[in-house]
Amino acid sequence: MSAKESTRVEYGKTLAQLGAENPQIVVLDADLSGSTQTHHFAKIFHDRFFNVGIAEQDLMGTAAGLALGGKIPFASTFAMFATGRAWEQIRQTIAYGNLNVKIVASHGGITVGEDGGSHQAVEDLALMRILPNLVVLVPADGPETRAMTRWAAAYPGPVYMRTGRMALPLIYDDNYVFELGRGSLLREGGDVTLMGIGIMVQACLDAAALLAQDGIEARVANFGCLKPLDWELVVDSARRTGAMVTAEEHMVTGGLGSAVSEILAEHCPAPLKRIGLRDTFGMSGKPDDLLKHYGLTANDIKQAALKVIARKANHQVSPVMNLKAPGLAWR
Amino acid sequence: MNAIPDHRHLKEIARQVRLDIVEMLFRAGSGHLGGSLSAADILVALFFGEMRAKAGDPCWIDRDRFILSKGHGAPAYYAILARLGYFPREELDTLRQFGSILQGHPDSGCTPGVEIPTGSLGQGLSIANGLALAVRLNGHGSRIYALLGDGEVQEGQIWEAAMTAAHYGLDNLVAILDRNRLQIDGHTAEVMSIEPIADKWKAFGWHTLEVDGHDIPQLLAAFTACKAVKGRPSMIIAHTVKGKGVSIFEGQKKYHGTAPNPEEYQQALKELGG
Repeated sequence: MSAKESTRVEYGKTLAQLGAENPQIVVLDADLSGSTQTHHFAKIFHDRFFNVGIAEQDLMGTAAGLALGGKIPFASTFAMFATGRAWEQIRQTIAYGNLNVKIVASHGGITVGEDGGSHQAVEDLALMRILPNLVVLVPADGPETRAMTRWAAAYPGPVYMRTGRMALPLIYDDNYVFELGRGSLLREGGDVTLMGIGIMVQACLDAAALLAQDGIEARVANFGCLKPLDWELVVDSARRTGAMVTAEEHMVTGGLGSAVSEILAEHCPAPLKRIGLRDTFGMSGKPDDLLKHYGLTANDIKQAALKVIARKANHQVSPVMNLKAPGLAWR
Repeated sequence: MNAIPDHRHLKEIARQVRLDIVEMLFRAGSGHLGGSLSAADILVALFFGEMRAKAGDPCWIDRDRFILSKGHGAPAYYAILARLGYFPREELDTLRQFGSILQGHPDSGCTPGVEIPTGSLGQGLSIANGLALAVRLNGHGSRIYALLGDGEVQEGQIWEAAMTAAHYGLDNLVAILDRNRLQIDGHTAEVMSIEPIADKWKAFGWHTLEVDGHDIPQLLAAFTACKAVKGRPSMIIAHTVKGKGVSIFEGQKKYHGTAPNPEEYQQALKELGG
């Protein structure tokens, strides 16, 4: 593995670049600018950076007001507090009001590590995915973080983006172009589809390599745009491979696993296993130990793939009734 | 709006706004009567005597901004916006009905002139702060007004926002507290005391004054006084009577969220000269 980048650091650096390019961009934080990496922006654009102190509800409301005043606010804090503490502010003002606010929350998932369960957001994607108008993004590496951050700055509406603490291997290069509502196919294979988000995209690629050693070819797709989800890619993958695995650093309920289950159940039933946390909170530990404990490793994905492939043999594939995707009509 | 506000004229508008409120709620069969009537004079003074805005151009960049943080006061807000010409007065008859542009609580997606959805209490002051910061960054002279309920300040977010406004020295922001002393479950003093409320705002670093919230000249003078304040946000504590203008509604917690019945409606029309 060569270079590694952390999604939160790449967000912070990109934000500082965007600050120079667009004077309308303003940044808010709630006393975590060193952790969320908004301090890069704060250092250069002092007059466009607003620390509201340890007050996440006020953070979201103030960001909403700045958007109302024509600014492009990026509001950052930990994912736990952004989506938990301030959920109703996001719901009532930012999403309901369809305001041009970018909520970029760091420290998503269990790889926060030592801080423990209180600081590990494993519900944030569920909490955000339920909200109308909101776009939900989870970058898988540095280049995707940079692309999504730039995309969000240009997109005239509310966005939630989750970044993480860990440095991650590079999946893309800087030619990567992010498209709203589009998943990205990383590997072609006909036996099973591995669908990942965030740090689990690399784990899916690693699992595919392990499966290939056993002569099993896995299709791997990154669903970094969780909402709107690439409906067509899910259905197409189910039709082509007939066996599906989702992987996310999140509860298996409410996030990618749920989203894919919903699409499959409604449009193209296929055997599915969901990798993620199951009705449990996180705990302190080294990220790698936690990933093993909660079953979020490449090997766990491989084992899940083998199970769905076995179930595929007995599975009565139902006809796909309507392949016309609803597209982006969700807005 | 007006260069020289005529107090008697504003008082007459307030009477008509109160009539509109009673009519709207009677027709709708539900809605928040008490807090709409208590806020009527404040809103008339603000919209007809103080704020710069253009009904024909609701997005005019230099307009003064208003946030109804106590979103349940929507009937008063709608009556005023209609009277200013933001939408036809006939729309008032559709309040709270299916398909109406006038939702139960303010929704900027539906109603011309409404800046942002409100109704979940405690959130409007943060929004006003953000607007005040944006206006300052833009170098505009617009002023930001937010109307809060007195029960509403029991929400913790209000005090987060109170700190932020003072910390950033938002002297283009004026918050008005509709101090009508009642909330759904009863007197604020009994449900959750907010006193000493003026001292609290002062301690948080706000320029704080108290007025009779039904005295339009006092309200207008307060708005003017706030303009002279530099480096601090302003809080006008407006002492009001819940249900003001109709004797049977005044000071009665029952009418916080109850529409008048036919007898009460007739009585209200008589008292308001409808």
